[in-house]
Amino acid sequence: MSKAASKIAVQCIINGETREFLCSPGQVLAEVLRDELGLIGTKIGCGTGDCGACSVLLNDKLVCSCLVLAAEVGGQAIETVEGVAEGLTLHPIQRALLEHGGFQCGICTPGVVIAAKALLERKPDPTEEEARYWLAGNLCRCTGYDKIIRAVLAAAREMRGGPPT
Amino acid sequence: MPIDHYISPTSLDEAIAHLCQQGAVSLAGGTDLLVGIRLGNRSAKSVVDLKKIPELTTVQWENGKVSIGAAVSSDSCIQDARLASAFPGFAEALGLIGSAQIQGRCSAGGNVCNASPAADSVPALIANGAVCNIKGPSGERSIRLENFLIGPNRNALKHGELLVSLMLTVPMPNTADAYLRLTPRTEMDIAVAGVGVSLSLDCYGKCIAARVAIGAVAPTALSVPEAADALVETYLTSEDLRAAVDAVRNAASPISDKRASAEYRTHIVGVLLERAIQRAHERIISVGAS
Repeated sequence: MSKAASKIAVQCIINGETREFLCSPGQVLAEVLRDELGLIGTKIGCGTGDCGACSVLLNDKLVCSCLVLAAEVGGQAIETVEGVAEGLTLHPIQRALLEHGGFQCGICTPGVVIAAKALLERKPDPTEEEARYWLAGNLCRCTGYDKIIRAVLAAAREMRGGPPT
Repeated sequence: MPIDHYISPTSLDEAIAHLCQQGAVSLAGGTDLLVGIRLGNRSAKSVVDLKKIPELTTVQWENGKVSIGAAVSSDSCIQDARLASAFPGFAEALGLIGSAQIQGRCSAGGNVCNASPAADSVPALIANGAVCNIKGPSGERSIRLENFLIGPNRNALKHGELLVSLMLTVPMPNTADAYLRLTPRTEMDIAVAGVGVSLSLDCYGKCIAARVAIGAVAPTALSVPEAADALVETYLTSEDLRAAVDAVRNAASPISDKRASAEYRTHIVGVLLERAIQRAHERIISVGAS
């Protein structure tokens, strides 16, 4: 019988704040965010990196937090959906999803918000095709994607100085 | 998931010492390994995180060669302007793996070591003459990528060894690469056929060097020298391409599975070769014209 794995202490920055937690070697970031840190906005849909519901930014890179071991993030900066709004002020992508009806059950939505935010930071003027390809890793079982994409493009227009979404 | 130990060494030799232990596996991006552990296909008593080791996480240009650290993420390679402009086909191949989220973590080195016959980074790397730099308890060695892949999901690493970097030669002027694949779905899918090419032209537009590699149509990705030889000394007209297309179809020995039949894969690999040659050709001409 193998002895129980000992816990690892990790310190990192989450949504701009220093946070500390203990984790076992086999825990993934998604589990720790939800179970140890109370950040339940990040969802676990598949656990294998296919659905994107667990998307977070890790050092400004869009990743699936179900495929990052919690032990790997020591000293690194993570942004979750809880960090996207500024206090009560929603980010344009959040307002656009509301305005355009870009969600139904909402389980994919945190991942979509994070992924879309990452897209618009890298590419402020994506074509519809580029937006669809970038969001290919975010599966939605409810909306059929059309309103999600309209919301992303509307948010992009607003962020480029166009009309509010 | 069932992992007993997480270790993150800061030097190659430290990593090798850990990898010599029973049940130790290398971790780069984790997008294959962690899925495998979760699904029970792979086991790891200890996971050795390679991402704090400089040789594995940097891109080094020296003496006409570039060494891409085996743990550098695909997204970092794609965003590296110098790398992407020297090897646009390699960059476009990395941009096809999985999704944006996967590319934020997955590495070309990991893609190579996982050695799926359909690995997207591989045909472009073979077409660029990639060499695998390996280090282990017995020291360093280097082998060509096409010889590093020895079977489906089997690579040539011995116990305790790790892939340190993939080394490419900086291309001569009027050279471009390209990678095309066919997937049943539009994205987030696995290639049923893939082709990587690299072409070099002289100032009259004649092909003076070529390399061709095919993926997903044999137990490993393959270099196809007969196809490359058929292109050299030609002006890459559609007539000239026919012999190369036949050569890749002859080199393919695909399986039929739920994604595609062997006959379909064999047909498609020839179509992809033509299109990949056209794409690489256009890249060279458009650079020359600008």
